[in-house]
Amino acid sequence: MGKITLKHVNKSFGEVAVIPDINLTIEDGEFVVFVGPSGCGKSTLLRLIAGLEDVTAGQIDIDGLDATYLPPAKRGLAMVFQSYALYPHMTVRKNIAFPLKMAGLSEEEQEKKVQNAARILNLTNYLDRRPGQLSGGQRQRVAIGRAIVREPAAFLFDEPLSNLDAALRVSMRQEITELHQTLKTTMIYVTHDQVEAMTMADKIVVLNAGNIEQVGSPLELYHRPANLFVAGFIGSPKMNLVQGAVAAAQGADTIGVRPEHLDIVESGSWHGVVGLTEHLGSDTFLKVVLDTGDTITVRADGEVGLRHGDRISLAPRPDRIHRFGADGKALA
Amino acid sequence: MSTQSSRLAARVMVAPSVVLLFIWMAVPLAMTLYYSFRLYRLLSPDRTGWVGFTNYLWFFNSPDFWLALWNTLALVGGVLVITVVLGILIALLIDQPVKGQGMLRILVIAPFFVMPPVAASIWENLFMHPQNGLFAAIARGFGAQPILFLEEYPLLSVIGIVSWEWLPFAALILLTSLQSLSSEQLEAAEMDGASALSRLRYIILPHMTRAITVVILIQTIFLLGIFGEIFTTTQGGPGSASTTLPYMIFKQAIAAKDIGRAAAGGIIAVILANIVAYFLMRGIGRHLDA
Ligand SMILES: Nc1ncnc2c1ncn2[C@@H]1O[C@H](COP(=O)(O)OP(=O)(O)OP(=O)(O)O)[C@@H](O)[C@H]1O
Ligand SMILES: [Mg+2]
Repeated sequence: MGKITLKHVNKSFGEVAVIPDINLTIEDGEFVVFVGPSGCGKSTLLRLIAGLEDVTAGQIDIDGLDATYLPPAKRGLAMVFQSYALYPHMTVRKNIAFPLKMAGLSEEEQEKKVQNAARILNLTNYLDRRPGQLSGGQRQRVAIGRAIVREPAAFLFDEPLSNLDAALRVSMRQEITELHQTLKTTMIYVTHDQVEAMTMADKIVVLNAGNIEQVGSPLELYHRPANLFVAGFIGSPKMNLVQGAVAAAQGADTIGVRPEHLDIVESGSWHGVVGLTEHLGSDTFLKVVLDTGDTITVRADGEVGLRHGDRISLAPRPDRIHRFGADGKALA
Repeated sequence: MSTQSSRLAARVMVAPSVVLLFIWMAVPLAMTLYYSFRLYRLLSPDRTGWVGFTNYLWFFNSPDFWLALWNTLALVGGVLVITVVLGILIALLIDQPVKGQGMLRILVIAPFFVMPPVAASIWENLFMHPQNGLFAAIARGFGAQPILFLEEYPLLSVIGIVSWEWLPFAALILLTSLQSLSSEQLEAAEMDGASALSRLRYIILPHMTRAITVVILIQTIFLLGIFGEIFTTTQGGPGSASTTLPYMIFKQAIAAKDIGRAAAGGIIAVILANIVAYFLMRGIGRHLDA
């Protein structure tokens, strides 16, 4: 069980309100990703849920019970830290067994659970090593192992992959997703990488300056961003945002079109000159300077024959244009 | 520093200082060794000659020697236990975020800057003195007889004074070690259900072992030679109750003016220091490796 409800949660460090007011429900078994730019309060929110920080005001319920003032150990949550926070003087076995030892389990039970976790995480051959003798990915797995042996109500991950190289990040991403499918336990995952958020989440919570900008499934956020912030944050490369006459023609203050929703045509409504081109093989991203002065990104075919200085004409797909009002909110 | 010629050059360059250090160390040792086998009393300087192990035997046959040996080890051991245990507690305390933390830390470190004879005088006259001392005043306040610290508990008093002097050193080294412990490790342990005591035992103390080892090794070196505090307070007495090996050597050299015996005592002290060092390195030296 792992349903977590935040009611009017507020956190200030001294005078600074890092989290002004948050209401959020995380359903049992959900994989929720908190995503947002650096310093927006993701870690703080996670630490509030973990009990490592006290809320300034508001209430946190875990499985329907008020956990606001429970100490971290009593909340039944397990956390995986960005720095792994392994105990350097203990072997992998002792690291993983530590929460069990603290819970007073017998040696045999500890060993059984450690073996089980090691098997799931491919750590069986490393149990007698110390963390210092492991690679980054293995350390990460030990940290996850230490979390899963406790059979927590929910897992909390704070940017667990940010110290890994790109290839390892992709494979660990899959491992964590598979782990979630196996264990079916609630997971809350903090990241500033929107690709991680899109690929892993059942539900994404977009945070900005301590406020929730939007909550929804990855595709909901992609197709129907509630405001300019979410529109600009979700999606890679970023959505093109254009103001001025073009937007006014659509009855909006700003319009947004994703690079993949712009077609290069003979005579479209937008005209410009190709600037930088990025060839990725499968796709080519073109930076186009429009005649209005705006610079936009266009996703074209990998084989496209355009080069710097070419004049092109673009047509945004009409049903894929996002319209935003002067307050930044999406217009219906 | 890896090619043949650069390694040779390096050796040539450091050779003078190695030679100098060797002479610096070897000459006094050789002279002490020489005198330890000689009859050489300053009161009768013309009566000299080789005496074999007589000077050493005098020590081994003197009941004071075994007491002094025990006192030396008790002093070192007692001070080590007190400073390490209290040092850990103080380090834990002053690591907490409190107002005036900087000032507090300076206050804790201050005793280390007081010279040994001064510290000993302060303790003897302001704290332990049976008429004027603070402890006597407190005792009288409770209607009790003042304790005659230096007469009744001479060795314990010296241990107390020396511990007070060395506590800041231990606390400071242990504090720096404590500060290098990542807070995430402690938070992880907290989430793993470890109580404050378990965190101390399984996370904090293992993290501090290297610092504790350094404190023990460095303090042992200095504590084996403690002299000023004893000279200032008990003068090794009453009787020989607080005489340590260095103090016994001093008595032979300066009071009895017997250089031969003092030299033999010095050699015994060197051997004792090496035995202690050997057991220390075997016992805890491995904590020094990363
Ligand atoms: N202990 C603290 N005291 C004061 N301010 C703090 C403290 N911890 C965090 N903050 C502030 O709270 C804000 C949010 O911090 P937080 O660590 O939650 O950001 P984040 O979203 O996790 O960022 P990142 O992606 O860089 O990890 C920051 O502006 C930070 O300066
Ligand atoms: Mg963070």
